[in-house]
Formats: sequence, structure tokens, C-alpha cells
Amino acid sequence: MKKIILTLLLTFPILATAQTAEEKGLEIVSKAIEADRGFGSSSVDLKMVLKNKNGQLSERTLSNKTLELDEDGDKSMIVFTSPKDIKGTSTLTFTHKQGADDQWLFLPSIKRTKRISSSNKSGPFVGSEFAYEDLSSVELEKNTYKFLKEEGDLLYVEQYPVDPKSGYKKRIAVYNQAKDYRLETIEFYDRKGALLKTLSYTEYNRYKDKFWRASKFEMVNHQSKKETLLFFNNYNFEINLKDEDFTEMALRRAAN
Amino acid sequence: MKSSNFFLAFIFLFSVIVMAQTEKDEVKTTIEWEFNAQYRHFYDAPQFDNQLKDYPSIGIQPTYSFGWENGYQNFIASAYFSIDRDENRRYWDLREFYYQKAQNNWELSVGFKKVFWGVTESNHLVDIINQTDALKSFDGEEKLGQPMVQFSWFSSDWGSLDLFYLPYHRKRGFAGEKGRFRFSTVLEADAIGYESDKEEWHPDFAARWKHYIGVLDIGLSYFSGNGREPYFEFDDRGNIKAFYPLIDQLGLDFQITAGAVLFKFESIFRKAEQQEFFAMDAGLEYTFSNVNNNGLDIGVLVEYLYDERDDWALSGLQNDVFYGSRVAFNDTQDTSILGGGIYDLDTQTHLFTVEASRRLANGLVCSIEGRIFSGVSDQELFLLFFKQDSYFSFTLSKYF
Repeated sequence: MKKIILTLLLTFPILATAQTAEEKGLEIVSKAIEADRGFGSSSVDLKMVLKNKNGQLSERTLSNKTLELDEDGDKSMIVFTSPKDIKGTSTLTFTHKQGADDQWLFLPSIKRTKRISSSNKSGPFVGSEFAYEDLSSVELEKNTYKFLKEEGDLLYVEQYPVDPKSGYKKRIAVYNQAKDYRLETIEFYDRKGALLKTLSYTEYNRYKDKFWRASKFEMVNHQSKKETLLFFNNYNFEINLKDEDFTEMALRRAAN
Repeated sequence: MKSSNFFLAFIFLFSVIVMAQTEKDEVKTTIEWEFNAQYRHFYDAPQFDNQLKDYPSIGIQPTYSFGWENGYQNFIASAYFSIDRDENRRYWDLREFYYQKAQNNWELSVGFKKVFWGVTESNHLVDIINQTDALKSFDGEEKLGQPMVQFSWFSSDWGSLDLFYLPYHRKRGFAGEKGRFRFSTVLEADAIGYESDKEEWHPDFAARWKHYIGVLDIGLSYFSGNGREPYFEFDDRGNIKAFYPLIDQLGLDFQITAGAVLFKFESIFRKAEQQEFFAMDAGLEYTFSNVNNNGLDIGVLVEYLYDERDDWALSGLQNDVFYGSRVAFNDTQDTSILGGGIYDLDTQTHLFTVEASRRLANGLVCSIEGRIFSGVSDQELFLLFFKQDSYFSFTLSKYF
């Protein structure tokens, strides 16, 4: 991974004029990933608001902890805090740059920890308009890329998922080069190539003078007319989590 | 229960002392209540005198949790109260009442706690720490709180090791005179004695090693002490005599998670003076996910169950096949349905099960459960007593 970036950075000045759209796309996404490197660990509380096509609302709250790893994908833990009947239900995920992620689910009522399949990429995450793959960690290797256009500071990049189980034919992601290549919007196209969803990242804050985090994600499904809003609160980049905080033992404890 | 009250007081005192030391820390306190209103209807005429057909019941479970030091220290208390027409189903139990401290790669818990071991769905062989709450549920997944000292240690190279000291044994409860799922004579929990002279105060020990390597999750466990399952004998006149034997049990469980298919295996070897036997549960689960892009997950489950005790297996699962399907709608109401059956290859006894649940409003969940005994064979030693006990239940659960 690092080698690819290094090679890219070294060859970039020489080949700048001869760069293809694919190379430029890859370069932009590499820069976005590089800009977000080094946060170590973080925790955040989320509120998820689900809106059906009649405008009826339902809410879930959860907390998330993430541990950044260089050699492999991130480790993360999600704990649901409401609705109360699922409170304490938690997942532990070890994402991998290549191959399937490892994932465990903890069911608090019977105190059971289950290893679960992570092969369901395209399915909805807890009834929301977010698919599992929309919420997994961003890894360069998961897509191929093609630069589309530049509008002011905004760079449009097409992403083609490598995994055949992905629910998308492509995504069009918009990066803001004036703001450390943070994401502004993503359009998702279904397997038939029709526009499925649009995700907008708004209310950005910058943490530790480096890391941009949107406080609000808005996902609109154009086909079902449903919407999911994600509100992020209490970002903590000083939490200093360790490997021991991402074990089955820690998963059971987190449910308390 | 005098002695357990003493133990309870000790734990309480201990936790108060610990809490007093940490006043300055940021403390997270939560109190939750779960209320269940249940209606069980048994549609077959009762087999024994005084048994009923309809059982409305109420279950209440308050849970108090107190966490500090960013969740590295916790105190949890949870109780369950049950009210039913069957007097033996009027009871309460301390499900959890423990103090826990975690630091780096170890964790210590002291008090009443629930622990689950294993991977399979139809039977839970290796899961032995807690006594089964057979009164609350027939499926063996409900447990009584178990007093323990648990020490856990973790290493990313070696996996986790759990050591348990279990100073007190909890007796299994059985249905009363008016209740279903009972034998011809009413079996009172206190009528079942022990092989050990120390009775419920026999010190029990257990250990479990659990690790994960790529697609493989593996657990190895050992238990020594008062068995959780009573040992049954019938005298010449057909009366049941039962007691808790001293046992040594080795358990092995593993799961291979290969994409959408999960291979599951559990087995135990139990040794007691009265008997030695091997039992296993092996099978697989395949999930068709996001079917037709509707978000629907359909899981298919098949397991084979074997128990060397043959007719004397309390569960009756001595040479049986379990099949089932789990449907999760992945909707905002978390609707799910589990349906299936267990078929006895020797006796042709068939037990069908259906479970479904859906959230109706925030904090309000309804669930339906049905168990149907079909063609219970005369050869069945234990299940024969339950052959008229097919039922459907409807439960409304409110969470505060």
C-alpha cells in the first residue's frame, strides 16, 4: 500500500502530463486516504433517523469505536444503545484490505457471542438506507477508479467495486481538494446502472487540526423514496484505544 | 437459601466498598425495566390431573448498571420475577449481580453472572456454567444466575483463557401440579439431592480456552463439580428418583465461517460414577442475504444430534435431525421469524417450533412462539410426559 503511494508520488511530477483518467482517479483517492491517516483511535456516538416514504420517523442510537491499523484494515466496535429492546447488541469487526472481514455479534439477553458471516455486503444495515459496504472502512484496494471532472475545488471520481457481491455497478464520489480531499457527496448506481442513492456529508468539523469529520450524513434512496440521517456526536480522538479494547471479552463488556 | 443470602450480602458489601473508592470518576448509571405479558395456550387436553389449558403470565426484569473508568469497571444487577397460574412458575431469580474490573488484557468478575459457551443452534451441549431456567423456556436458552469468580486473560497469539470458581450450585426448577411440562408425579426442585456430601456448596471449577485463527473459531472447555443436569433413575414402581451427580466434562466447539456458510460443531464427554457418555451436535447454516434486493436474509439450518445415553438423554436428542429456517426482514421493526423441527431418527418423534418477533413501537415488542409435539413415540422416556403439551404463546414486551 505505502509502496504504491510512494511510487505514485515519485512518478507523478514526471508523468503529470501523460496521466490517464484511471491514474488520476487512483491518485485522488490515495491522497484522501493518506490525509486521514494517523488518527490512531476514536470514539463517537451516533443517532440514526430512518424516514420511510410516508415521512414516518424511527430512531436508533449507537456508539462506535475505531482502532486504526496500518498493516491491515481497521478494527471497530458498534454498540446499540436504543431502541431499548436491542440495547447492548454489539458487533466487533476486523476489516481486511483483502478478503472477507471477520465479524462477531453479541446478543445481550442470552450473553451469546456469535461469529457471523460478513459476506452480506449489499444488504441494509439495521433497516436503514445504508448498506453494510457503505459503512465499512475505506481501503484503496476495494475499488478501481476513474477521474471524471474538476469543478472548482471539487474532484469527481468514479469508483468501480472489485467485489462481485457489491450491490453497486459504480459510485461517483466528490472530493474537496481544498479541504484535505474530504468527501462531499457520493452517488450510488445499482447493478443495472440506474441512480440508486445519494449520500451527502455536511456540518464538517476538523479534529486535531487534521481530521475532517462530518457531523451529519444524509442518505436518500431515489428508488424507494426512503431516507436515513446519521448524526455524529461527541467525537473523541484522545481516547487512546488499544488492541485489547477490540476482543470478544471487550465486546461483552461494552454491552453493559 | 440462607447461605446464598450470605454470599449475596458479601458481594453487595464488596461492591459498595469498591464504589466508594471511585466517587470522583465519571460514572454512567442506567436503570431499565422489561415487562412481559404472556399468554400460553395448550390446545391438547392435559395428560395429568390439575393441569390447565391456558396460562396467562407476567415477567418483570429490572436491570441496574453502574459503570466507571470508561467501562473498565462495572457493577451490574438484574433480577427476574415471574407470576403464573402454576405455583412453581411464581418465582424470582437473581440473574446478574456482579462487580467487574478489566485492565489491559485481563478481566475479573465476582458475583452472580450469566456466561454462554458454544456455537450450535438446536442444542447447547458445552454450555454448562449456568443452570437452565427450564421454567421460563423449553429451549434451554434461559439461565439462572450463577455465583462465580471469573478470571479472563487474553493474548492475540494465544486467544483467551477463562477460569471459573463456582462456589454454589443452583437447582433446576420444574413445573408444579398445575403446570405443563411435568412428569406424572410433581418433581419439586428441593426434592432433588446431591451425590456430594457438600451438596450445593461443593466447590466447582471450570476453564475455557477460546481462540480464532482466520475462518476458524475454536473453544475447549473443562468442568468439574455438581452437574447442572439431574441424573434420573426409575424404581420398580416407575417412580422417578433424581439427584445431581458429581461430573467431569470436557467440551469442544468450533465454527468455520466460510463466506455465507457456517459449519458448526459441539461435543462433550461427561464422566460420572453412574455413567460416561459422549454427545455431539454438528451442522451448518447457509444464509441467502439481501434476497431480491429486498434486504431479506434467509438462513437455512441443518444439524445432526447424537447422545450416547440413548433413551436416557434428558433432552431426548440422542439420534435426531434438526432443520430450520431463519428469516430476518432487516426492516426498522427488526421483524424476524425462525421455524423448524427436530425429527428423531429412532423413534420418529417430531417436534415443530416457530418463533417470530416484531417491534410495534419504540420499546414495545410482540412475539409469538409455538411448539408442537407430533407423534411422540411410546419409546420416549422423558418426552412422553410432554406429548399433550403442544402450545402457542403470545408475548408483549415493554421496555423502559
